[in-house]
Amino acid sequence: MQSDLISDAVSNQRRSEKRRWSVISILLIILVFSFVLDIATGPSLLNVRDVAKALLNLIGFPVEVDATTQVIVSSLRLPIAIMAVVVGGVLGVGGAEMQTLLNNSMASPYTLGMAAAAGFGAAMMLYFGSLGINTNIAVPLGAFVCCMLAATFLFALATMRHISSGQLILAGIALLFLFQSLLSLVQFISSPELSQQILFWLFGSLSKASWSNLSIIASVTVVCMFFLIRDAWKLTALRLGEERAKSLGVNITQLRLRTLLIVAVMTATVTSFVGIIGFVGIVAPNIAKMLVGEDQRFFLPLSFIIGAFLLSSASVLSKVIVPGALFPIGIVTAIIGVPFFFWLILGKRR
Amino acid sequence: MLTVNNLNVTLDDLVLANDMSFALEPGKVNVIIGPNGTGKSTLLKTLFGDIHAKSGAISFDNETLQRKQLSRWRKQFGYMPQDIRLDVELSVLEVVLLGQLNTLGFRLDDSVIEEALSALDKIGLLHLADRQVNKLSGGQCQMILFAQALMRKPKILMLDEPVSALDLHFQHVLLDHLDAQTKEQGWITIMVLHDLNLAAQYADNLLVLKDGKLVANGHPSDILTPSLVKNVYNVNADITKDASGIPFVRTIRNIRGASTSKTTEANHQPKTKKITSIAEGII
Repeated sequence: MQSDLISDAVSNQRRSEKRRWSVISILLIILVFSFVLDIATGPSLLNVRDVAKALLNLIGFPVEVDATTQVIVSSLRLPIAIMAVVVGGVLGVGGAEMQTLLNNSMASPYTLGMAAAAGFGAAMMLYFGSLGINTNIAVPLGAFVCCMLAATFLFALATMRHISSGQLILAGIALLFLFQSLLSLVQFISSPELSQQILFWLFGSLSKASWSNLSIIASVTVVCMFFLIRDAWKLTALRLGEERAKSLGVNITQLRLRTLLIVAVMTATVTSFVGIIGFVGIVAPNIAKMLVGEDQRFFLPLSFIIGAFLLSSASVLSKVIVPGALFPIGIVTAIIGVPFFFWLILGKRR
Repeated sequence: MLTVNNLNVTLDDLVLANDMSFALEPGKVNVIIGPNGTGKSTLLKTLFGDIHAKSGAISFDNETLQRKQLSRWRKQFGYMPQDIRLDVELSVLEVVLLGQLNTLGFRLDDSVIEEALSALDKIGLLHLADRQVNKLSGGQCQMILFAQALMRKPKILMLDEPVSALDLHFQHVLLDHLDAQTKEQGWITIMVLHDLNLAAQYADNLLVLKDGKLVANGHPSDILTPSLVKNVYNVNADITKDASGIPFVRTIRNIRGASTSKTTEANHQPKTKKITSIAEGII
């Protein structure tokens, strides 16, 4: 009798796992639609069916497609569309892990000052005329170095024995204010042209996507995701609270450091190439949590997919809001994100 | 055998363990009692390696607790901290499964799920397996965390006030199960309790702390006396023994201390009046 009840409960658990995989699959399909739509939209509007054909052609299915369409898809729009997916995914995962690590659903690399530090690094490079290096390399490099500097400061705090998550969040917020002020200072002392250039970088843009920088971002993402997934159960345990995770045998200091390092590398890499894109890091994990809970085996991949979907659809919107012109994507994500943020806060009150 | 020799722990000039020495045997339930802030939770955390001792040695079998080998040391422990809040979007089963954290793979084996469910079944909570923990009561969370601690299959099981949120029924379900498992598996169980009568019923060995000092250590029927209760808690008590020799503590309320009434009638009353307060958890 009891064994029947236990085997029923095992089946329930399997059903629940299957349901969560179905949610992930459905969102993956929605992401594919948004990805195709992202490729189809632009100065010359392409037919979605033609885009699908060109993509099939590209991955080895011999489908007949117009040569111009094929060139536009594979050389111009595909890198940008993939960039939107990867960057959105990375921001989603970065936010998810920051929220897990700091036990706070409002935490993200953006709110902890990492993105602001990257912005400051990029602005400094522009101000100093790229130090004689090629601007396309110097600006991402400056952003990366400063973002890692901010992260190193947070690491140093995280290694201290009696620093709580709450204190880490406060330190991150202090960093955000510091780098924002420094950024304003650089803009203040720059010429109007340079100031505009900095401002445009800060808006965030996918237009600099190329196969070469995409390959860097994609490889960093794959490696980082591997390490995060490996720690999935430990990160899930961390959500029970630090003391409890410790009691389950988790080495909190090591896990914190490792995760912070991974998130910092991912965030620094994407921010250095595309600029500051806010809110995806906060919004994506919160939606993922509502849909599949906080078992990281599901939460982590879904945060990636939702982040990817949000940025991919923001990319579509950024092209159709003002026909013929490219609206900065960072502004679009913030405009979508803010109402959601309010809904989240008010929802919590209920 | 878990042995503690001349343990001294201080936190910000506060002495939380003062030259403490004792040895705990396998298959026994050890209960720590003592007033608030006297170092009971600190002692558990020190044994777990979470708080570093100023001096003294802690060893289990042939291994001594060292800072550098903390992970290996902790593998032998199941530890249920005092905090029972579970504000997380996880199912009861998932929380219990985390007890086996180091053996869980990306895909869960049926056997490990069955083990977690059977742990829940033994404490009468199988029906909650697929419920979200953040929708449960504090007492239910406490029972679930107990099941999680059992899943670790520890050699030493430490529980910090494990029945603080439980109703009478579940207090006994938890403690009976704990007692049976301790004897069956040969664990060294150490728990902090506030209820002296529960402690007297379930302890094979009672450790009484006051101001960071171990003031008594032994079987409850040997050491639990009115003078000990008065000395440790500054409360008067009558202690009787039931047929099986288990002490029963009846605390005595000191009216003069509790009331400031100065009416004539009150002045005619005897200066202390015995009022029995039947300790929670007995009836």
